Amino acid sequence: MLTPDSDADPFDHANLEDPGPLHEKLREAGPVVRLARYDTYALARYEHVHAALTDWQRFQSGAGVGLSNFRYEKPWRPPSLLLEADPPHHDAPRRVLTKIIGPRSLHRLRDRWAAEADALVDRVLDGGGTLDAVPGLAEAFPLRVFPDAVGIPAEGRANLLPYGDHLFNAFGPPNDLVAQGNPRIAGLSAWVNAQCARDVLTPGGFGADIWAAADRGELTGEQAPLVVRSLLSAGVDTTVHGLSAVLYAFATNPAQWQRLRDQPSLARVAFDEAVRWESPVQTFFRTATTDVTVDGTTIPEGAKILMFLGAANRDPRRWDDPDRFDLGRDPSGHVGFGMGLHQCVGQHIARLEAASLLTALARRVTRLELAGPVRRHHNNTLRAWRSIPIRLHRS
Amino acid sequence: MAETRTLRVTGRRPVADGVVALTLADPAGARLPDWTPGAHLDLVLPGGLVRQYSLCGDRWDPYTYRIAVLREPGGRGGSAYVHDVLEVGETVGLGGPRNNFPLVPARRYLFVAGGIGITPLLPMIHQADLLGADWRLLYGGRSEASLAFRDDLAGYGDRVLIRPQDRYGLLDLPAFVAGHAPGTRVYCCGPAPLLAAAERACAGLPPHTLRTERFVAAGDGTAARGTAFEVELARTGKVLTVPAHSSVLDVVTAAGAEVLSSCRQGVCGTCEATVLAGEPEHRDSVLDDAERAAATCMFVCVSRSRTDRLVLDL
Repeated sequence: MLTPDSDADPFDHANLEDPGPLHEKLREAGPVVRLARYDTYALARYEHVHAALTDWQRFQSGAGVGLSNFRYEKPWRPPSLLLEADPPHHDAPRRVLTKIIGPRSLHRLRDRWAAEADALVDRVLDGGGTLDAVPGLAEAFPLRVFPDAVGIPAEGRANLLPYGDHLFNAFGPPNDLVAQGNPRIAGLSAWVNAQCARDVLTPGGFGADIWAAADRGELTGEQAPLVVRSLLSAGVDTTVHGLSAVLYAFATNPAQWQRLRDQPSLARVAFDEAVRWESPVQTFFRTATTDVTVDGTTIPEGAKILMFLGAANRDPRRWDDPDRFDLGRDPSGHVGFGMGLHQCVGQHIARLEAASLLTALARRVTRLELAGPVRRHHNNTLRAWRSIPIRLHRS
Repeated sequence: MAETRTLRVTGRRPVADGVVALTLADPAGARLPDWTPGAHLDLVLPGGLVRQYSLCGDRWDPYTYRIAVLREPGGRGGSAYVHDVLEVGETVGLGGPRNNFPLVPARRYLFVAGGIGITPLLPMIHQADLLGADWRLLYGGRSEASLAFRDDLAGYGDRVLIRPQDRYGLLDLPAFVAGHAPGTRVYCCGPAPLLAAAERACAGLPPHTLRTERFVAAGDGTAARGTAFEVELARTGKVLTVPAHSSVLDVVTAAGAEVLSSCRQGVCGTCEATVLAGEPEHRDSVLDDAERAAATCMFVCVSRSRTDRLVLDL
């Protein structure tokens, strides 16, 4: 089969502002579309994105999960031992982190995070209830609870957001977004790396647990700080944008908010539905380890493949009425957290943060509504909001 | 989608005296769950016998598992069933894979295998070699003919020491572990006396040097339940029947419980449910042995029930 070509730039500002039309074009053009501008191959249908995510044997991560091909290009920072690694190197870091931030380990955080969420929502309501939900809730809550859980000092935590923003920009082409971040990145990286050292991390946190695993021989002393770095890299911006997504979804779908109020146990489903609907992580690349045939189209060995998670999560072949945010839907199986052995190791943290915040809001707020024009934040990988002015009506 | 996880026997061949190797695949030809060296799976044999076997195949082949089974005349019936009854084309139930014996990163490995204890070590050796680590294997057993997978090991040259007991006597572990640099990891799998000897030989070495796994069946001997059971949803009081070939996840979501799931393979941990009463039969890859024994939660995409009824906090 002849591979359809597209000269679209998924990373230009028009497509970052509203990727929906491009996603639909790519999904309908064929199972595989060649993105001529970047000499790379796009997968946008759920079936093929899901298959590529799980097939680590033929779709490798070790050559980088951005456009840059580590076979030929030097990575801008030492590669992640998780995201940018394949078996067997990937095994030990993944195993250690899976246990430390697995669903069973997070139980001890539930009550504390619920109390933090209650306190934050009370403060916001006491302040009148009109605010920009991006800094006021979506950033404030993860920045309050997550660095504490990792065990890094209070000072400098605000560095985590621009560091993460640049990191996710750097998976794309070297465009203006990357250029904007470049001047600050050396300083931010140095700060992040310094937080990964054993003596900086509070006992009992995830970071100290990672070093304890190294003491038991489950990681090397060289691996431990890089595994801590993974938590700090991937654990903040992603959850911020996930929370923004679910808050925007509720502000613009009042009937769904009422549904959550009636049935607060839907909080987890609501968050995953928002992750499906918005796909805070829009794209990741893989590299073909061999000539790979996808539904009749062959992708040559060594080629970069761009997987559109956001397009897959709205593929009408898989989802009924995919553009609708609907708590009545079972979002299970969405690829917003990826799938397979690289699936987001922090997904349970994200869900617990979201459930804590949504539960606190649902108990106190009858209605959320937009209180001004919303603004997108552009990032080469993330679907993000810069500003969501909202008004919360106290019950 | 398969409602309960099964594997089909796609090949069997003798690989040593009293040892048969089986290849297993998904009945519909789908990818099998990922695994890492040292992992085992639970095979649920017809009649409910549950036996654990180390995976000893190639993880770069996502469609096939390989295990090897030693006939144990004094055993509880699992090995006899595999040797005498289980034919190519038949299906068995699957739990896991789980890994209690992971290969930790190191520059040097010493592997010690006693008999069928070679099975978890084979993929470790392949991996150590891929990683360019320095490694040696000391492989003992009753006689040369009783040692499985000598062909697989032939290409590794003098890294492999094959020392059958009828020619060399008991393995000389003190000599094998002597003089190795700090940071060496010693992996040993075999019968209890060999593990005890390895512990003695490594007693003076730094902590965490020795890592062992007993190849005797570690299951608690409780038969898997092959029949339907009930699940009670505590929040609504609904009582549902889970037929033998349906997953708990499918039954409870069909009844309206909001259970989020993702991988449907017992790997990602999304569909955790709190168990209020009853005893789950765990088939996931997430919980360790202590968490399983506590029986306070289960992953409903793959795990089932030992008791007539489970009460879940749903």
